[in-house]
Amino acid sequence: MKFVDEYRNSKEAMQLADVIHRQTTRPWTLMEICGGQTHSIAKYSLQDLLPEKISLLHGPGCPVCVTPVTLIDKAVYIAALPNVIFCSFGDMLRVPGSKEDLFTVKSKGGDIRVVYSPMDVHKIAQDNPEKEVVFFAIGFETTAPANAMAIYQAKLEDIKNISFLISQVIVPPAIRSILESPDNRVQGFLAAGHVCTIMGYQEYEPISEKYQIPIVVTGFEPLDILQGIYLCIKQLEEGRAEVENQYSRSVRKEGNLPAQKNIQEVFQIVPRQWRGIGEIAQSGLGLREAYSRFDAEKKFPCEVDGQERFAECISGLVLQGIKKPHDCEAFGKSCTPESPLGATMVSTEGACAAYYRYQSVQS
Amino acid sequence: MCLAIPGRVTTISGNDPLMKTGLVNFGGILKEVNLVYVPEVKVDDYVIVHVGFAISILDEKEAQKVFDTLNELENYEDPLQ
Ligand code: SF4
Repeated sequence: MKFVDEYRNSKEAMQLADVIHRQTTRPWTLMEICGGQTHSIAKYSLQDLLPEKISLLHGPGCPVCVTPVTLIDKAVYIAALPNVIFCSFGDMLRVPGSKEDLFTVKSKGGDIRVVYSPMDVHKIAQDNPEKEVVFFAIGFETTAPANAMAIYQAKLEDIKNISFLISQVIVPPAIRSILESPDNRVQGFLAAGHVCTIMGYQEYEPISEKYQIPIVVTGFEPLDILQGIYLCIKQLEEGRAEVENQYSRSVRKEGNLPAQKNIQEVFQIVPRQWRGIGEIAQSGLGLREAYSRFDAEKKFPCEVDGQERFAECISGLVLQGIKKPHDCEAFGKSCTPESPLGATMVSTEGACAAYYRYQSVQS
Repeated sequence: MCLAIPGRVTTISGNDPLMKTGLVNFGGILKEVNLVYVPEVKVDDYVIVHVGFAISILDEKEAQKVFDTLNELENYEDPLQ
């Protein structure tokens, strides 16, 4: 496939790895923000190509992983209501809530449907006028324009039987929170290429300047990631701290303006809870007043437990780059993708699932 | 979740700017994709698609840069060896 295969060429990957080896004189710790990048790093064993002096920490950029238990519990409650068709991206079904997951609700007869796009929900609502259709609108900035369009058009077409359980988070406040933590070890970031495709990277410039840290907007294929690492290490070795754009075939500095406009139309910035991390100020998106009638939390009010079920799960620390999946006692023993204890073992982009799936190739 | 893949736009339909869609070819598999967020898209452009929406038009010149940098690095580093 064009724009995919050429970025997986192993000869060029080796060349890049070689240059990285030659330029690295000191130990450096980098973090890739996005779970998609974590997945590629594990899948292609990229860490094995790098000098031992470079450690990669895996960041919080997995929306499935950071959706708080409270919202999973609300989803479970709403999905079990008799008159509801609950729609979600497939990854969310096995994420543990405080008592149950959505998959259990489905196996007990709940009408839960996996959709590919938020727009699919409109058709389900139109085909089932006697039912309430609820969509679990999760995601980072990458998914926000799609969710925003589904909500915007629901209002435009005045669809009455549709609502959205929103779990939208944004990256820059999470980066700040990692950098503010006394446990922080990150010296350079690979920023998430698709998040920046939407938002651009101007927001990252004050962060890079304030914390004197290189931030390289990076794509998802092996060559992209290696080049992102190369640029980041080059800055560190030269004592620079700037924002650079490795993924320029998709990312423009100002981002995708029509998409940003629609996000602005539907959403406003709100505080959000991140699973395993806690509340991060101004780190999420919530519906604006004009769209509040599409808010599933208001339409189906409920009290939920919201407590973590498995005390042994350290996924919060994994998501902040403080621990690695191997450091968890439960990893691969009581916790596997078939019976996950934490969300990072559910999503293919969660660090625990990526390590588990490709552990045969991990050193 | 933020998985987004490139494909080639083969047809564009819909006069309503809010409903602009097209068929995108992903290595032989055709899918209908919402094109509202890439208003300037043309047939044969490559777009990055996420959950049914095209989120950017790939810049062919920029796409080549990864390889140009590699060539430069090779040429630059070689004499040092
Ligand atoms: S291996 Fe399982 S229990 Fe351990 S941190 Fe990962 S998700 Fe949690």
